[in-house]
Amino acid sequence: MTVLARAIDVTRRYGGVRALDGVSLDIRAGELVGLLGPNGAGKSTLINLLVGLRRPTSGTVELFGGSPLDPVMRRGIGVTPQETGLPESLRVGEIVDFVSAHYPERLGTGELLARFGLGELVRRQVGGLSGGQRRRLAVALAFAGRPKLVFLDEPTTGLDVEARRALWDGIKAFHEDGGTVLLTSHYLEEVEALAERVLVVGQGRVLADDTMRAVRGLVGTRRVSLVADRLPDLPGVLSAERVDGRIDLVVTDPDRLVVELVRAGVPFSGLEIRPATLEEAFLALTTNPPKETAHV
Amino acid sequence: MSNLVLAHTRYLVIEQIRVPIGILASAFFPALSMVAFVVPFAGQDPVGATTATGSLMLFGAVSAALTGLGIAVSQDREQPWNPYLRTLPAGPLPRFAGRILATLAAVLISVVPVLVVGALLTEATITPVRLLAGLGALVAGVLPFMLMGLFVGFVLASKAAMAVSQLLFFPMAILGGLLLPPAVMPEFVQALSPYVPTRGAAELVWWAIAGIPANGVSMAMLAVWTVAMAAAAGWAYRRDEGRRFS
Repeated sequence: MTVLARAIDVTRRYGGVRALDGVSLDIRAGELVGLLGPNGAGKSTLINLLVGLRRPTSGTVELFGGSPLDPVMRRGIGVTPQETGLPESLRVGEIVDFVSAHYPERLGTGELLARFGLGELVRRQVGGLSGGQRRRLAVALAFAGRPKLVFLDEPTTGLDVEARRALWDGIKAFHEDGGTVLLTSHYLEEVEALAERVLVVGQGRVLADDTMRAVRGLVGTRRVSLVADRLPDLPGVLSAERVDGRIDLVVTDPDRLVVELVRAGVPFSGLEIRPATLEEAFLALTTNPPKETAHV
Repeated sequence: MSNLVLAHTRYLVIEQIRVPIGILASAFFPALSMVAFVVPFAGQDPVGATTATGSLMLFGAVSAALTGLGIAVSQDREQPWNPYLRTLPAGPLPRFAGRILATLAAVLISVVPVLVVGALLTEATITPVRLLAGLGALVAGVLPFMLMGLFVGFVLASKAAMAVSQLLFFPMAILGGLLLPPAVMPEFVQALSPYVPTRGAAELVWWAIAGIPANGVSMAMLAVWTVAMAAAAGWAYRRDEGRRFS
């Protein structure tokens, strides 16, 4: 399959901070890739390099076989602006016309707005849009120039369930027509609904690059919280910390952990088990990468 | 490429017109000064009224150029819209050119009220050729202030840019003789006046509209300011690019 975007051993430093550390990856034509990771993991830096906003400190970034810094290469991509930055005084139709003017191939303002359920708002000024409408407009702009590859950064943050599903349908339709998508999200559910391949980044490295199913298992961790003076060595503990007299553990197999805990005969109380949030799972992965991901 | 410059200019002008506070601010004060001071005190003297009209047009133009560009560029840098534009298939040039052209449009719009007051309420007279020459001199004279606005905008945050561009503008306008003719000002102001860029710009305009010979020192200093501001703006632009896009 054709590689649309590629990073080869890319490192990016900001001052003394290493935002990306030796990252290599390929985005191939027709893929729908979810990019997951906690804040500060390097997601934004990776996207900024791929869309030509930043240069790597070392290593190579390619877009359609050329440099993302070359405007001609960027004709094939679409990017979502942050909806907070949309020019307030312009009308919806004017913004779409303006963005479209940059591309040789255009979807057309009417069709684009209709596709994202914004057809009624073409004459409305951006300043008068609701948060959800702005978000949809921002996502729609990524598709204005008939892109081959779109970068969707948190596309449905702040949308209600219905609007989120509608947007997912739009993204799926683009993908089914052969479009390629790199999607970041805080919502595991969103990535599960859309992505086939998942990249997990943390501390500037790719921690996992696998199918949705494999990564779901990897981050399907539980949080176990209890009160105890001391704990024996327990299996499958990804991270442990003591907060206000409670011990919080992020674990891979809570059943086995509890069995081991009881077997060890250590007194404890107030046991709680709940699914770890994506963030907690990532933090556990990033601070203590499990063996399964050691090869990536 | 020129189509893109046009597209950027068009939308920046639309933005300015829909939220016209910047243009109004630059146009309002000099027009008010015309009505309050020039009309009653110099309105009957054709040469005095003509040069005063030119001075106050320049006042509005410099304000629109310096504070307009300073605030717009500093705000642009703070908006996430700006990096988004950099992901579109065009370099930074169309946006930059669009910003300059839109500011020039604001400059030309902001001088209209003074021109109208001068034409209708005073004895100021001008031939069409001198009017065109005067507008040309105005644009040339405004150049160092646009560069100064770029410098301020690229170096400072928007709140600071707003204050600093005002702080730079008013003393320069007064020292340069844009509000009162240099001849009526205190001696130390007269001594200082040829060294501020507003004075050179004003003399260029007076020469174009009324044939008043320009002072060599003022002209040389205008050139020096223009070159220095171009260097400062270029430095500030590269510094900003390095911080945000390298």
